[in-house]
Amino acid sequence: MISATAVTKHYGDFAALDDVSVDIESGSLTALLGPSGSGKSTLLRVIAGLETPDAGTVVLEGADVTNLPPQKRGIGFVFQHYAAFKHLSVRENVAFGLKVRKRPKAEIRAKVDELLGIVGLAGYQERYPSQLSGGQRQRMALARALAVEPRVLLLDEPFGALDANVRAELRAWLRRLHEEVHVTTVLVTHDQEEAMELADRIVVLNQGRIEQTGAPQEIYDAPANDFVMGFLGPVARLGGGLVRPHDLILAQHPTDGAIEAQVERVVHLGFEVRVELELAGDGELAAQLTRHEVDELELHEGDIVYVKPGGRVHPEGSALTAA
Amino acid sequence: MIVSRRGTLGLRVIALGYLAVLLLIPVGVVLYRTLEPGLGEVWRSITTPAAVHAFWLTIELAAIAVPLTTAFGILTALVLVRGRVRGKRVIEAFIDLPFAVSPVVIGLALVLLYGRQGWFGPWLADHGIQIIFSVPGMVLATIFVCVPFVVREVAPVLREIGDEQEQAAATLGASRWQTFWRITMPAIRWGVAYGVVLSTARAIGEFGAVSVVSGKIAGETITLPLLVENRFNNFDLAGAYAASGLLAVIALGTLLAMTLLQRKGDSAT
Repeated sequence: MISATAVTKHYGDFAALDDVSVDIESGSLTALLGPSGSGKSTLLRVIAGLETPDAGTVVLEGADVTNLPPQKRGIGFVFQHYAAFKHLSVRENVAFGLKVRKRPKAEIRAKVDELLGIVGLAGYQERYPSQLSGGQRQRMALARALAVEPRVLLLDEPFGALDANVRAELRAWLRRLHEEVHVTTVLVTHDQEEAMELADRIVVLNQGRIEQTGAPQEIYDAPANDFVMGFLGPVARLGGGLVRPHDLILAQHPTDGAIEAQVERVVHLGFEVRVELELAGDGELAAQLTRHEVDELELHEGDIVYVKPGGRVHPEGSALTAA
Repeated sequence: MIVSRRGTLGLRVIALGYLAVLLLIPVGVVLYRTLEPGLGEVWRSITTPAAVHAFWLTIELAAIAVPLTTAFGILTALVLVRGRVRGKRVIEAFIDLPFAVSPVVIGLALVLLYGRQGWFGPWLADHGIQIIFSVPGMVLATIFVCVPFVVREVAPVLREIGDEQEQAAATLGASRWQTFWRITMPAIRWGVAYGVVLSTARAIGEFGAVSVVSGKIAGETITLPLLVENRFNNFDLAGAYAASGLLAVIALGTLLAMTLLQRKGDSAT
């Protein structure tokens, strides 16, 4: 278990972390999610010992490590820009942590080969980082971090510098890896999709504070406030409430509680279709429908439709307390 | 900048002409005049006891000053780039002082500090230590003029590589010392090598500061550059040229070493 308690960190006048407390269960994969400047990376670096908090404590697996340097915390850290040791080969990079621990050579060799097999870089032992693609470098960095058998694995926007398709591939791969290795993992990301896909638990941060903590589904369905609702997915405003665009129901005839609207545009995005509406009262709205639904409604630009929320509506300006 | 072909050619001619007039011709003349009396004469001239002593003293000064400035230069660059010290700008300005101040002034400053009438003079005299008009003073002067070279070469490299690799090493359990030798040092090694070559050239060629503190005692505190002046003033032109030629050869050797390092450094990155 990782416990950060009442952690505060200021940079000059800027409060990067403002009295943040969070518990992360052993064996879980937790995402710290938030926009840039929310303090998510600072929190990760405080856990790693790369930043010293102004106040607060960090406990790793029962041991208070607040005053320990990163060397003695038993962590593995993966940086956004890989931090590959450029003058060392892939083998030497992965072996680094074991070499400074003066492990026997044969053991190091075997361990490095095993890890490179796990991360899919078998056969790349003698290459240099400059000869690897971004995705390969990051997998090497992961192997390097795992080599020292850390108690916790900390990933700081690990896929942030990669192309979209490589990113998707590595996400799926990381999920599988976590199921195999089962080391407590904390992932920093600003991408809500990445957090939803990978994490068992999500901690949403904003302006140096925690907005909500919970399972991905829980946070998506029952956001604690407007910020979390807005950050986890697109939001439509209807009749003083916030609703997900895919929870909107459109009909050709007036129904109970439905609001009249005119179709402005119908945008086909493959299976999904975005219907942009001009509300009769005032304001605009984008509904997300499937192709089937649009075909059945025979929607065209200029049509009059009736729209109502089909799912949960969150009263605007709410600050529902987190469960 | 887009320059026409003729313009490029013109610029090249001007740049090369400038270099030729100011640098190549004087060095060439020195080498030519050195060899004019014949190799045997040159050899005799640079193997007199005074010349041999001057040669070894010059090497001795460089051998003491260069390792010291290298070690402190790397340390200072680390403090300036990685450290969180106040007044970094002031420190940086101080490091450039030897560039800005005339070497003669540096020599005089040392005399004022360590000379018989200087601040530390009486204390040093009481303890039987002589710094001015002897080798220790010349070492101090050489170190002083060499200070900026390693710092100025290493600091930008440190800035460029950033500290992520060092942080990564720390998370992997490496101590500061291990991180320095295994990660930082390999990354800055070409910067260090340039700094060493430049300081060596400066240490060997330094005249002004060393001249003031040396006292020019024949056979004791005469370095090669001082020997050149000495012979020149005594109308021993051939001897002066021979000693100059030796200095020029050492300098060219240093430059050659630097060019080779540069090529190696380029292919390594």
